[in-house]
Amino acid sequence: MSRPVYLVDGARTPFLKARGKPGPFTPVDLAVQAGRPLLMRQPFPATAFDLVILGCVNVIQDEMNPARVAALRLGMGEQQVAFTVQINCGSGMQSIDTAFRYIRDGSHEMILAGGTEALSHAPLVYSRDATEWFGRMAQAKGPLDKAKAIAEIRPDFFSPIIGLERGLTDPITSLNMGQTAEVLAHRFNIDRVTADTYAVESHKRLAAAQAEGRLTGEVLPVFDRDGEAHEHDDGLRPDSSVGTLAKLDPAFEKPYGKVTPGNSSQITDGASWVILASETAVEAHGLDPIARIVDSQWAALDPGIMGLGPVLASTPLAQRHGLTCEDIDLWEINEAFAAQVLACLAAWKDDGFCREVLGYDSAFGRIDRGRLNIDGGAISLGHPVGTSGNRIVLHLANALKQRGATRGIATECIGGGQGGAMLLEAA
Amino acid sequence: MTDVLDEITPDESTKAPKAPGALNWRREEQNGTLTLWLDCADTGTNVISEAVLRELDTLLDDGKQARPDVLVIRSAKPGGFGAGADIDGFENLRGKDAKAMLHQGHAVLDKLAALPFPTVAVVHGTTLGGAFELALACDHRIGVDGVKLGFPEIQLGLHPGLGGTVRLTNLIDPVEAMQLMLTGRSAYDRRAKSLGIIDALVPERHVAAAIAAAASGKMDHDGSLRASALRTRAARSLAATRMRSESEKKAPRRHFPAPFALIDLWEDHGGDADDMQTAEIESFTTLLDSTTAQNLIRVFFLRQRLKAAGKREDGISHVHVIGAGAMGGEIAAWAAMQGKRVTIEDVDLTPLGKTIRRATRIYERKHLSGIKSRDALDRLIPDPDRLGRARADLIIEAGPEKTAVKEAIYAELTNTMKPDAILATNTSSLSLAALVDAAPDPARFAGLHFFNPVSSMPLVEVVSHDLASQDTLDRLAAFTTGIDRLPARVTDGPGFLVNRVLAPYMMEAILMLDEGHDKVAIDRAALAFGMPMGPVTLADQVGLDICLEVGRSLRKGLDTPVAETPDWLREKVENGETGKKAGKGLYDYDSEDPPKEPADDPDHQVIDRLILPMCNAAVEVLRKGVAPDADTIDAAMIFGTGWAPFRGGPLQYAKVRRDVPDVLRRLAEKHGPRFEPDPGWNDLG
Repeated sequence: MSRPVYLVDGARTPFLKARGKPGPFTPVDLAVQAGRPLLMRQPFPATAFDLVILGCVNVIQDEMNPARVAALRLGMGEQQVAFTVQINCGSGMQSIDTAFRYIRDGSHEMILAGGTEALSHAPLVYSRDATEWFGRMAQAKGPLDKAKAIAEIRPDFFSPIIGLERGLTDPITSLNMGQTAEVLAHRFNIDRVTADTYAVESHKRLAAAQAEGRLTGEVLPVFDRDGEAHEHDDGLRPDSSVGTLAKLDPAFEKPYGKVTPGNSSQITDGASWVILASETAVEAHGLDPIARIVDSQWAALDPGIMGLGPVLASTPLAQRHGLTCEDIDLWEINEAFAAQVLACLAAWKDDGFCREVLGYDSAFGRIDRGRLNIDGGAISLGHPVGTSGNRIVLHLANALKQRGATRGIATECIGGGQGGAMLLEAA
Repeated sequence: MTDVLDEITPDESTKAPKAPGALNWRREEQNGTLTLWLDCADTGTNVISEAVLRELDTLLDDGKQARPDVLVIRSAKPGGFGAGADIDGFENLRGKDAKAMLHQGHAVLDKLAALPFPTVAVVHGTTLGGAFELALACDHRIGVDGVKLGFPEIQLGLHPGLGGTVRLTNLIDPVEAMQLMLTGRSAYDRRAKSLGIIDALVPERHVAAAIAAAASGKMDHDGSLRASALRTRAARSLAATRMRSESEKKAPRRHFPAPFALIDLWEDHGGDADDMQTAEIESFTTLLDSTTAQNLIRVFFLRQRLKAAGKREDGISHVHVIGAGAMGGEIAAWAAMQGKRVTIEDVDLTPLGKTIRRATRIYERKHLSGIKSRDALDRLIPDPDRLGRARADLIIEAGPEKTAVKEAIYAELTNTMKPDAILATNTSSLSLAALVDAAPDPARFAGLHFFNPVSSMPLVEVVSHDLASQDTLDRLAAFTTGIDRLPARVTDGPGFLVNRVLAPYMMEAILMLDEGHDKVAIDRAALAFGMPMGPVTLADQVGLDICLEVGRSLRKGLDTPVAETPDWLREKVENGETGKKAGKGLYDYDSEDPPKEPADDPDHQVIDRLILPMCNAAVEVLRKGVAPDADTIDAAMIFGTGWAPFRGGPLQYAKVRRDVPDVLRRLAEKHGPRFEPDPGWNDLG
């Protein structure tokens, strides 16, 4: 049995930059903030789902199995089965993929699939506090100021840094994620200016998408307990330029590295949900699908070059469906690092690579910037790791519809040396 | 299909038969455990009445013969152990009769306390007043999770009278015991355990095991060291002095004598239980005879009456609030806290954010647990896309007080609302008659007028108009009760009930300012009468712009003369000095604090000028049928404005005082026809 699977709606929170302290929302809080209005705007009750699947990498102690906690807090009923999935940066797409397969195979009719992440709640953020403290300490003039700075020291400045480094360090190769991007930049000859130029464009595109209303209905405002309304992705720097980015020091391999905070994805909090439905459910509830999920693919490779994951995961999709580079109208490639996205593009353009690794006779083709991450990406809007895979599928669906395009692929690299990809067609 | 949890949850209610000859007790004897189940006849809530105690007396005699291993007292009512003494019986109880009854009651509880085998009270849910005193007379108290114990007597102008003052101060740290009794606050489960009020706190499934532990002497009570330290009078005096000054800060002795009587009682007799017991009875009967207690007991009944006016299912689970101003936000936050699903819309996101902050603060103030507060906030949904309009069972419009704005909102709702949904307006200054034509369905349109701040003002006026259906009004009253507020059913007149009666208080004060009276003196005189806030402060609080508007609408809508507003007030408002919200009004909030201390020796003529016009307006409201009866008016003023509760409300005050129409006539001669007694005084008799 192989049934069509539709993406009928979806919504996410704005992505909120981690600002050196735990943000206002836990992972489940974020999932609830995005889920409440999404469920309310449906013509069916919140209890109508067969299953809830939520991707989340950094689950906090108070919210074990965040999928189930979120389902209950969203009023989806005590009988709502819900589980959480984790495949690092692919978690938010894994939830969609699992839902897609269940519906396709006929065991489920309607599934709520999401991703959520509150990186500011992970211990890693304290490193910023610690850095700031070191800064104050260095600037302190005279014994009085020094004593004042010393008084501000907290023991938790130090132990969490280990948590951060471990989380972003590959346990097999001991390379930091940023270092894997440095490896790719080196292998594919991506220079600093090209990476920075890519990053600037990401910000410009997100700014345009916000201004022109292309995220309306997809990004819903959230409200915290201090009364602040968060309406937009707040890591956006529309005034970002190659000149300003050039001033930043390398973040991972000082002093000669090319990967900087400016051309890397931002550490953020955010959640995203999509609703997947069978034809039966679409008819029963009178739904209006945005897109159809056609196929999906996962792939794995050496963890030290995890950034090429999108190439290895997307290509089999194209091959299986007989699609050329030109047949794919829109691409969402998660922007973990500018150098990493650019390395993927370079690989697809490279005759040798495509012949030896992907089994083509010559290069797959050139994915021009006009089809790629057209409304910005993780460099401008952030990368809540468990959420991003969900976001790119949701946004791809909306972008296909907005542009009247036919077909697109959403894909991401996954820390640990994997890649995930999903092929969508406009409904 | 049956819900799993329902299927496996046993029916915990007792099947024990009523004890022979008893109406209010069930008796059960099993394996050496004699259980007496309190199950008051014909009511869902246990109260400790004279009959309950009389029957218990017989049961105790009989139990003494039976010589069980342990005697257990518990309640057969699911809601709790008991609500307190039978207050119905208090109303007509005075002097000697009261004393005789109390002595009998004490004798029964003393008998219980003296039984030669272990006695255990198993307390669950609400355990207040007399019921708490019954539990205190047992050797052990086992609390079931969620139990709430307390002595609310102080709110009735009384203190515990069945030995509670003696037993609680001897059981736990006496200072903590006094605090509980002086504030009337309850101790919830874990707090009750840590105070030592209950010896164990267990879920229902462990009650039998806990009783067995108590029966075999394996349950200890942690005695309080402080109890012995405070055995000397000198030590108690020191603590008592502090308690007196704390109490005086909250309510002056001359209006609220009960706290001071309680402090005296403990200071003078806290060292000797027998002495204190005798003194407790004396003190209690003295208080019971006081006007304060009688009025506060009446207020208790008024509350019950208002509650009863909203009894039925409201059929409202989702409320949508339009307008996230201070009022809309408070209403939304409160309804969500009370279990409703709430959406709230506004044209801007900023006020929606403020609503969440407001709600968070209310939940903190109301001591919601982390989980309860989270759940309430999950139910409170900011709704910039107005999705709630089509989904709500009740829409509360709290938009700007402009007819055109409201009409525009109603027009949008016409084809959006659910078929059975009710539209209620929170307007305070527009008449429903002026709005009803724009309402999607006049039969399902009415007023629901909340008071600010909703979280501390229990009253809600349910405002009818000619075309409103009875079902709509009943559902709104039920909704009000369902969110733990008190509905007063009123009709559509200028200012409805509360604002109509309250307006002269502020308007007269403003005229007095015009005549050169000192604002602080005016406010302090009103405080001395027992008002929660002086009229000048109140006008600033309400907003001088609103005051002007209220004055205008009353002048337009009433056929009786209304106080004029001086030109300088209008100028003040035009200059933006609109009161507290602007930082400047009648007071300058940068440099002045409105007085909080009542005048020691207030000018009674000033008080009459401020208070009697309210009595007069209350009579007018009654004559016009804005409220169904005098009790509703008194209750509405107390629960909507905090009107001196120990005075019993404006009509009760006038009734007790008797000379109000005469004084009004004299005031009319001196100050103008606005004081002329309303024709309705003649019908009051």
